Amino acid sequence: MGLNNPRVWVGVLLLAALQPAFADDEDAQERGARWKQLQESIFPKREVLDSGGIITVDAPPRALDAALVPVELHMSSPVKGIYLIIDDNPAPMAAHFVFGPKADPHDLKLRVRVNAYTNIHAVAETQDGKLHAATKFVKAAGGCSAPAGSDDAAAMADMGRMKLRLLGDFNAGKPMQAQLMIRHPNFNGMQMNQITRMYTPARFIRTIDATYNGGQVFHLDADISLATDPVITFGFVPHEKGQMTVVAQDSSDAKFDHSFDVPGTPAG
Amino acid sequence: MNPLSRRDVLIGASACLIAGRTRAAQVFKTDEVAPGIHFRRGVDEDATSSNNDAIANIGFIVGREAVAVIDPGGSLLDGQNLRATIRQTTKLPIRYVVLSHVHPDHIFGAGAFLEDKPQFVGHALLPNALAQRGEFYRGNLEKILGQGKAGPVIQPTLLVKDQTQIDLGGRILKVTAHGIAHTDCDLSVLDSQTSTLMLSDLLFVERVPSLDGSLKGWLAVLAKLKTVGARRAVPGHGPTGVDWPYVSRDLERYLGALLTETRQAIAKGVDIAQAAKTVALSERDKWKLFDDYNGHNVTRAYKELEWD
Repeated sequence: MGLNNPRVWVGVLLLAALQPAFADDEDAQERGARWKQLQESIFPKREVLDSGGIITVDAPPRALDAALVPVELHMSSPVKGIYLIIDDNPAPMAAHFVFGPKADPHDLKLRVRVNAYTNIHAVAETQDGKLHAATKFVKAAGGCSAPAGSDDAAAMADMGRMKLRLLGDFNAGKPMQAQLMIRHPNFNGMQMNQITRMYTPARFIRTIDATYNGGQVFHLDADISLATDPVITFGFVPHEKGQMTVVAQDSSDAKFDHSFDVPGTPAG
Repeated sequence: MNPLSRRDVLIGASACLIAGRTRAAQVFKTDEVAPGIHFRRGVDEDATSSNNDAIANIGFIVGREAVAVIDPGGSLLDGQNLRATIRQTTKLPIRYVVLSHVHPDHIFGAGAFLEDKPQFVGHALLPNALAQRGEFYRGNLEKILGQGKAGPVIQPTLLVKDQTQIDLGGRILKVTAHGIAHTDCDLSVLDSQTSTLMLSDLLFVERVPSLDGSLKGWLAVLAKLKTVGARRAVPGHGPTGVDWPYVSRDLERYLGALLTETRQAIAKGVDIAQAAKTVALSERDKWKLFDDYNGHNVTRAYKELEWD
């Protein structure tokens, strides 16, 4: 059977129509197999359902900077946690968020490194333990092995410095968004110095815990795919004025913590 | 299917031979921007297999006793072409090859000059930048140009930490190493004799700038460079000879828009993805390749400024 056979063409066209995001069918098949493999290792014996409108993931289809790809997640219901998986990165599991009672788990933004053209999967775990996955295909290359830049030097210089920005106004009992920034080079151990033939040793943020007045907002297990100077935008529900406390720990067991006033110290 | 005719086979075979043969270096056209200063204008494109990454302005300066190359080109072939062009103009020895910064479109031709045993002149931070990025760039360039066509990564042999002078015989060039600006390893070269300042990518004209160092740093370096007393500049991209400091106004306007509007976006809580789509759009019609670089520049600027 050759390509002159009209039935083959119908098949090809159908595939193309069903999977418009992929360059060609072979790639699509490979990516499908990759995702199946990842599912089996990350969620053994569990079924991963379609997004079902529970979760959506967005990222630029063509990354402007492979070492800093902004990813946006939206959840339509209060999920228990989120897994962010970058299928073709060397360590695909980029982040696992578990939300606590003080969280407003509807919107989440973070910045990741992307090493190759890849699917990004965002998997939401609902309160009843079901898994729902949303996918976004991203064209980017070299974000992990990409050379360290001058930003890394700056990040190294004041490693552990944190900022918390409250986005929007404080209304007791109403959800609000906050942006957490942590200075950290997040060296992923993949950048080689060609003179010494040595890799810059990996040193990256492993966990972040955010609590509000002692109640958990989120716990994050992260890996080498977070961009330099991790920035995370999340939602929380402050029932009263208080303090957001952030504790981050890196792979060298350095601990960084900081507390921020909410709604923030009034000016003057 | 019909078997190929003998004629087809022959044509195919000779086409292969032509494609497989190493192309001989070709002399290219240069502008003499000032007496003894010759520059080739790069094309306003990104690297492709058909342009050999000959996209930057590269050139040479002839003194009484020696020649200095100011950026050896974007690929081995680009460098070989530059060398052939120099040899057509002068037989004087090529004693210096200035590597203006780490970007591949400026320095991958360096391998073409190894036989001249010149001093390769670079910023004190260039070895570090090349160690981190050299092989990465070479790999990417080979993917675009083809196996073996990028050229080797050449490390500088003469490092400039602050300022250094290069004597070409009756012609002294002042080489200055700058603080973080376009990249973290930018050099400029001043020929006082003709009041010509060779800025490489510290100056973009017509082609949209690309930011790989520090936005605030770049603006500060530009302000200083405007006071060195040169009347003419050679940008890394764009027309080879331009009025200095007059021409810096376009670049400063673009970088200024990037600075102001990125700061505004950060202050308003506009996120980095959204900022990349909205900042500095008033500059869109004023630069070639704007859409290919502006979003990247905004991302870099945002990352720098959000920590202020």
